[in-house]
Amino acid sequence: MKEDLLYLKEEALHEIEKSKDLRELNNIRIKYLGKKGKLTTILRGMANLSPEERPAIGKLANEVKEELEQKFFQKGLELKEIAKKIRLQKEKIDVTVPSKVILGHKHPLTLVLDEIKEIFLGLGYEVVEGPEVELDYYNFEALNIPKDHPARDMQDTFYITEEILLRTHTSPVQIRTMEKKKPPIKVIVPGRVYRSDEVDATHSPVFHQVEGLVVGEKVTMADLKGTLITFAKMFYGKERRVRFRPSYFPFTEPSAEMDISCIACDGKGCRVCSYTGWLEILGCGMVHPNVLKNCGYDPEEVTGFAFGMGIERIAMLKYGINDMRLFFENDLRFLEQF
Amino acid sequence: MRVPMKWLREFVDYKGSVKEFAEKMTMSGSSVETIECVGRDIKNVVIGEILQIQRHPHADKLLLVKVDTKERVLQIITGAYNIKKGDKVAVALPGATIEGGKKIGVQNIKGMESEGMLCSAKELGLDDHGLPEDMKKGLLILPKDAPVGKDIKEYIELEDAVVEFELTPNRADCFSIVGIARETAATFNVPLKVSFSTSGEIRQIDEIFGRVKVTVEAPDLCKRYIARIIEDVKIEPSPLWMQRRLQLCGIRPINNIVDITNYVMLELGQPLHAFDYDKLSDGSIIVRRGKAGEKLITLDGQEREITEDTLVIADKKGPIALAGVMGGENTEVTDKTRTVLLESANFLGSNIRRTAKRLGIRTEASLRYEKGIDPNLAEIAADRACELIEKLGAGKVIKEYADVYPEIVRPRELQLRVEKINALLGTSISKECMVSILKRLGMDVQDKDGKTFVIVPTYRTDIAQLADIAEEIARIYGYDNLPSTLPGSIAACGVLSKRQKLEDNIKKTLSDLGFSEIYTYSFISPGAFDKLKVPLNHEIRKAIKLMNPLGEEHSVMRTTLLDGILQVVKFNLNQNQKRIRIFEVGKIFLPNELPLKELPRERKMIGLAVYEENVDFYYLKGIVEAILSMLKIDNHKFNQDQHFALHPGRTASILVGGKIAGYLGEIHPDVMENYDMEDKRVYVAELDMEILLDNALTEIKYQPLPKFPAAERDMAIVVKEDIAVGDLMDAIREVGGELLENLELFDIYRGEQIPEGYKSIAFSLRYRAKDRTLKDEEINELHAKIIRSIIERFDGRLRE
Repeated sequence: MKEDLLYLKEEALHEIEKSKDLRELNNIRIKYLGKKGKLTTILRGMANLSPEERPAIGKLANEVKEELEQKFFQKGLELKEIAKKIRLQKEKIDVTVPSKVILGHKHPLTLVLDEIKEIFLGLGYEVVEGPEVELDYYNFEALNIPKDHPARDMQDTFYITEEILLRTHTSPVQIRTMEKKKPPIKVIVPGRVYRSDEVDATHSPVFHQVEGLVVGEKVTMADLKGTLITFAKMFYGKERRVRFRPSYFPFTEPSAEMDISCIACDGKGCRVCSYTGWLEILGCGMVHPNVLKNCGYDPEEVTGFAFGMGIERIAMLKYGINDMRLFFENDLRFLEQF
Repeated sequence: MRVPMKWLREFVDYKGSVKEFAEKMTMSGSSVETIECVGRDIKNVVIGEILQIQRHPHADKLLLVKVDTKERVLQIITGAYNIKKGDKVAVALPGATIEGGKKIGVQNIKGMESEGMLCSAKELGLDDHGLPEDMKKGLLILPKDAPVGKDIKEYIELEDAVVEFELTPNRADCFSIVGIARETAATFNVPLKVSFSTSGEIRQIDEIFGRVKVTVEAPDLCKRYIARIIEDVKIEPSPLWMQRRLQLCGIRPINNIVDITNYVMLELGQPLHAFDYDKLSDGSIIVRRGKAGEKLITLDGQEREITEDTLVIADKKGPIALAGVMGGENTEVTDKTRTVLLESANFLGSNIRRTAKRLGIRTEASLRYEKGIDPNLAEIAADRACELIEKLGAGKVIKEYADVYPEIVRPRELQLRVEKINALLGTSISKECMVSILKRLGMDVQDKDGKTFVIVPTYRTDIAQLADIAEEIARIYGYDNLPSTLPGSIAACGVLSKRQKLEDNIKKTLSDLGFSEIYTYSFISPGAFDKLKVPLNHEIRKAIKLMNPLGEEHSVMRTTLLDGILQVVKFNLNQNQKRIRIFEVGKIFLPNELPLKELPRERKMIGLAVYEENVDFYYLKGIVEAILSMLKIDNHKFNQDQHFALHPGRTASILVGGKIAGYLGEIHPDVMENYDMEDKRVYVAELDMEILLDNALTEIKYQPLPKFPAAERDMAIVVKEDIAVGDLMDAIREVGGELLENLELFDIYRGEQIPEGYKSIAFSLRYRAKDRTLKDEEINELHAKIIRSIIERFDGRLRE
């Protein structure tokens, strides 16, 4: 019996050594150590042994079993490792094959507007909107631009009826906001506006503006300057110089135009700034007393400032775009650059 | 407004450079557009006198001329014949340059030496329009008294800097040399050299010795009318310096009388008009509204229709001028004119503006009238024109004149409230400083009863209240000198509203999912509705029309985003794009009734389109579901539906909170054909953002994680092809109730073992109870119940 056990051991060790994969190894294990395996078969013969012989054979059987288990375990590890290596080798891929995941792009005008909004939200402004089809009253009349006012020529208007038009600026939302709310007011108004300009590189019948309005007690022109300088430096960079020039808008008095030192030439003078060194960025001013009165406010008690800028122009300067038509043509080769 | 610096310097004592002038004027409110330097090219051209004219010995058509230039006598060859002995001409000396930078030297022409060149007007950069015919073809002949040897540039102000201003429409008074001179004086704090003022007495006489009778029938449109008579008129070219100045300002010289009226207009800002007095019907000047059917041929030879809203100057026979816009041919001043009636009038700006706009003519006169002119200027300008007429010997001015001026405009008095102005500007400017600024601007300041008043000159039609005074002070004080602060009195928290945040998130989600944002026009072509196959009388066709569109293709406000989106798909297909994913967030405009009586409803919509080989309906459905999921909308349902522009078998309506929030589907092949994209498949969706946002869940409540185990079961049901998976799922959920935690479709199978016209749908179901571990029997029972009910309801069978 002893020989049987030792022979079994040798035989098993030999097969273990030869086994090529885990499944084969497992079959060998079942063959030798399974419930119906060879070892069990041999041990069944124990019953025929004398009591003296039994302990020694029992011990030997255990040793054989233990040694085989050990071998199975080790060989198992080995084979697993080999299998893993083979798998990894087989699974090699060509990482240079391009993927198919592509991000979309927000429109450049949205990106610019988002940036402007972020700055003014940080300064404590709310964002409000108003209708694009507007009453003459809100677009002109209430803004101190009566019929036949020469300033109406500054903005060629699309009319729907005598009294209804496509807003030419976001300023009517100033009036709507003042009618709805009580001071203090601190809002920006982004939106789409319309002027009957023929399309060319610098004109579009549809474009976008952001309007700002602050009304309250003791709001001053110095506040207007400080606010817009803060905006300009945050948007265009700390190194930009800013200047304010007197101008004219019927709905503000005093009125001003804000320029920044040219982004392209840093103020030295170039084609972008028509050799002036300055770029006109926005119009602004103190809300005209007549406008405050039209909204039922007392100009003796509250004052305010307002400003407005064209988003297309800002985007053109920011990204170096030289043709306004690109914004509305929606060529993906253009849009995907942003 | 173009301003020649030399002319300006006649009125104001400004000695600085043109560059500084332009910079500071811009900063004080008169924005400088350009600076043009003229006459720079012309060098070494002097006045010469013709001493002798001979024929060139070797050339028939050339003349050999001896010219005295004071320093020496030159021999010059010329091809021009309009010269005679004793004429004064412009001589380009050897080494000279003329307009365009052309160099003149000593030349040998056909064997004879020519020491320089005799110049024509054009060679000196002059407009020859107002010159006699022979001078247009030949040489410029200077007046007899032109000093021989003098540099021509000094003699006719050839070299100058012309500053072009872009003036704001409120400053009518600045549309003149004198107006700019006043601004210069205020900006640089330098004195004016000439001041114009009226005698103070207003004549108020409507006739001149029975020779002219002025009747103003429309006093609301004509605030003042002055008529003067000039006799013994001798029409000839105006002096070269005057022609030059007109030309530099962009006005063509015509003759002495017309040039003088234009010159005074440029100088003072008051348009004048000269009528040929003898052509008037018995000297009557009637200022009235037009009559329907009346016509007038204006100075430009065009026949103009006159309406009842047109202010005209008429005589007894009919209109002779469109007031403030253009004169009539019937009373034009010509070479034969002997007597001139000079008009200096004040017309209502808004009326002139309307007429000019209606007729499409903008003249120098109408541009000035439109902005509103001080009626007191009429008299100053008439006087100035008469003075020039006499000075230039163009005629004899009759002293008496007619002046109809019923409502005299007097200077305005405004209280100077120093504190209020400082409060508005955020400054602490002293009263003295304010007063000094106002005085620089030509305003008087007076103290009365402890208050201070500003006397505003009548030409400052733009100053009506304290804010206007504040602006005057601020701009001369310097906007750049104002302090910069932030509004301290308003503490506010800047946050977006929930809806604004969600809108931003929608754009973000879509771009993250691979869609690029487009912006299209809000107006479309009415033909778009046919291209989209919109049924007649459909709501979508009720689009708002523009009265004055840029063209038919941009003439109605959009009621759908689909047209714009399809055009963009098309555009990009034409650029050979193989993969198009686009979205737009934009408004549509829905009128309550047409024609529009009240503002329309404006709804923000989300439009989506995708084109790519191998992309299908379900891809875009996934994108729509992603938006719904981002908005945390779970009460939604996709229904098989119909839409005019979509494939009848591939259209879903999207129900959100019981309302149709939009459609999703493949574009109908007919529509694709209409957009010239046949054989392509494009999937689109148009969603109503307002409905989505109304149903978005913005308040999140935490749900405890499950404590008890779940059990998974699958089922495969064979049903007829036309059974909708969505309906099956609804039914399963209904029977499954609370214990059915999750239901997922994992396969749709057609083919072997499944009969033709049937499909096998396989679901995976997850059961879980919140409060206990479900027993196997309980689950099996429920699962079987679901299967039974589905089989029964949809006439299906269980797939083995």
